[in-house]
Amino acid sequence: MGKRIGMEVAVAASEAAALCRFDMAAVYPITPQSHIAEHLSDIVNDGRVDASFMTVESEHSALSAVIGASAAGARVITATSSQGLMYMNEIMPIASGMRLPIVMLVANRAVSSPINIWNDHSDIMPMRDTGWVTFFSDNGQEAVDMVIQAYKVAERRDVMLPVNVMMDGFQLTHMVEPLIMPDQEEVDRFLPPLVPYATLHPDKPVSMGTLGMPDIFTESQKSKDVALINSISVIREVWKEWEELFGRKYEPVQTYLTEDADVALVTMGSMGETAEVAVDELRKEGIKAGLIKIKLWRPFPFEDLKNAVKGIRVLAVTDRAVSFGGPGGPVCSEIRSALYDEPSRPVIVNYIIGLGGRDVQVADFMTMVKKAAAGKLSEPYEYYGVRG
Amino acid sequence: MGTREYIRERFFPHLWCPGCGHGIVLNGLLHAVENIGLKKNDIVMVSGIGCSARISGYLDFHTLHTIHGRALAFATGVKMSRPELTLLVPMGDGDALSIGGNHFIHACRRNIDITAIVMNNRVYGMTGGQYSPLSGYGTYATTAPYMNIDPDFDVVAVAKAAGATFVARSTTYHIKQLTDVLEAAILHKGFSVVEIMSQCPTYFGRKNKGGSASDMMEVFRTRTTPIASKEKAEDPSLIERGVFEDREAPEYCEEYHHIIERATKGR
Ligand SMILES: Cc1ncc(C[n+]2csc(CCOP(=O)(O)OP(=O)(O)O)c2C)c(N)n1
Ligand code: SF4
Ligand SMILES: [Mg+2]
Repeated sequence: MGKRIGMEVAVAASEAAALCRFDMAAVYPITPQSHIAEHLSDIVNDGRVDASFMTVESEHSALSAVIGASAAGARVITATSSQGLMYMNEIMPIASGMRLPIVMLVANRAVSSPINIWNDHSDIMPMRDTGWVTFFSDNGQEAVDMVIQAYKVAERRDVMLPVNVMMDGFQLTHMVEPLIMPDQEEVDRFLPPLVPYATLHPDKPVSMGTLGMPDIFTESQKSKDVALINSISVIREVWKEWEELFGRKYEPVQTYLTEDADVALVTMGSMGETAEVAVDELRKEGIKAGLIKIKLWRPFPFEDLKNAVKGIRVLAVTDRAVSFGGPGGPVCSEIRSALYDEPSRPVIVNYIIGLGGRDVQVADFMTMVKKAAAGKLSEPYEYYGVRG
Repeated sequence: MGTREYIRERFFPHLWCPGCGHGIVLNGLLHAVENIGLKKNDIVMVSGIGCSARISGYLDFHTLHTIHGRALAFATGVKMSRPELTLLVPMGDGDALSIGGNHFIHACRRNIDITAIVMNNRVYGMTGGQYSPLSGYGTYATTAPYMNIDPDFDVVAVAKAAGATFVARSTTYHIKQLTDVLEAAILHKGFSVVEIMSQCPTYFGRKNKGGSASDMMEVFRTRTTPIASKEKAEDPSLIERGVFEDREAPEYCEEYHHIIERATKGR
């Protein structure tokens, strides 16, 4: 029944991939993903999985190489961060367009310029529309679990899409956290061996990614969209099964004390843990605060969100990236449009927080809630704690 | 103008590890620039990302801090718009020849008047000691605990083959030669490549039992030799140092200027 251990999250996430018996890994190192790169290399070198490990000359090649291997029928893994993810941007829609069940770990980090190696979500946000299933983990345990779940979702015949798993750089990747590492037997029971759908094989030739003329291109795009939208029911199923086997519950939108809440925070990623403490503190002060954590960014869980916000008067949505020149943060923008058609909806305020590793503490979340509850936010969105 | 004039003292002490070779390259470069008598406002240093690329933070030139692997592409843009400026591009082996390999060969091919400095420590220092395309077969790295099987590039051979018109190699042990070749490279009209073998005691040294920084520099002393020396003839495994290529060829910005003049003649 798994072992409770203390482990650095980057290492633990790589261990989770090993439990999935990947066949091929291709990575290019980048802070704060490097420990994943190195640990995957150790795992392969130690013969703990029967896999090949490629250190390629860039992230562009890393994702290209895993696409090649996946197309040839291998279970693959890659990992990156920040500029590396930006550099993969060109290849990401290729992976989803070819409907390849690739799993990628992302150690979220700010993108340049100026150069910054610390955590925010400005790397994944521009990748939003590339057709990947996107999980956000809050803590080390979730990172581990989500890696294993990712393969199961990606490889389901009714999904066949790449999945990426977000873990906040440093805040998660470099922390030693207590977690339960599932054992091999359990994972084998949960995750059957990959039976590839279409494989490059001389006996049965296929073409992937061929020319799509105007008369077929729209259909190809719609089919990807439909597959991604429909994957939410598979994700629910997989998470249900996970809960039965491992006892840990996953939902696209996770709520904390929202039933009677007057004002609720919305977070995505590791800051949810801090926000949870803030909610407890606010409750002690008599403020009816709640918390909504988004775990599934794509496909966006519209229904779950609508249910979660019922009865809430004010929603304080936090974003760790900016849609420059746009409506504020990308998460808030999504939520606003998700709730637009609802007959009654909360007042929505948006805070841009934690950019490039800026610390956000319990007291900060408390201030955000109080200010939002008092309706004191004059701008469409606020850079919380910004100077100037 | 003293070399102190060229540095941003407020950013010292630097972030390199004790014994890192990159500081010696900085030293040599400062002297080369001083010997030529370049004014600091006439120099643009363009860097990517890496321990080596950090060199640009310490120099009081115009500095453009860009992204991993792309410094030469940015520098090409600067040079094309302000050909009168002196362009210096310090890069790590990973920066220049791994992720940036494509830009490297094309910059060589174009023969644009830029000086590329490859600080070759045979490892990705900044990200924690993973092997690079310059580590070479038989080396060890954090991503090659049981030995690397990737063959390496010969920077000099690649640069020559791709068309660079000035190509030299030196090491951090040979500080005088390092300074001289950098000086010649900067003065050369056309694309210059200077490979400087630099030590990373923290990763390459530790993973390959290279000993201390001075042990590693001792290897630079004993395992390298001037081009076509008697020692090289006796022991072909020695690595040659010196100027491998120094030829004149049309420089890109000048050629571009000529073509514009021709196209707009009489207008
Ligand atoms: C697109 C991208 N991928 C990866 C990185 C991470 N990264 C930063 S420096 C570096 C390699 C450094 O090696 P090298 O260029 O040899 O310089 P050194 O640190 O050894 O001097 C890497 C992989 C990055 N910054 N950007
Ligand atoms: S890690 Fe290596 S290259 Fe980087 S500063 Fe330290 S010694 Fe120099
Ligand atoms: Mg290097």
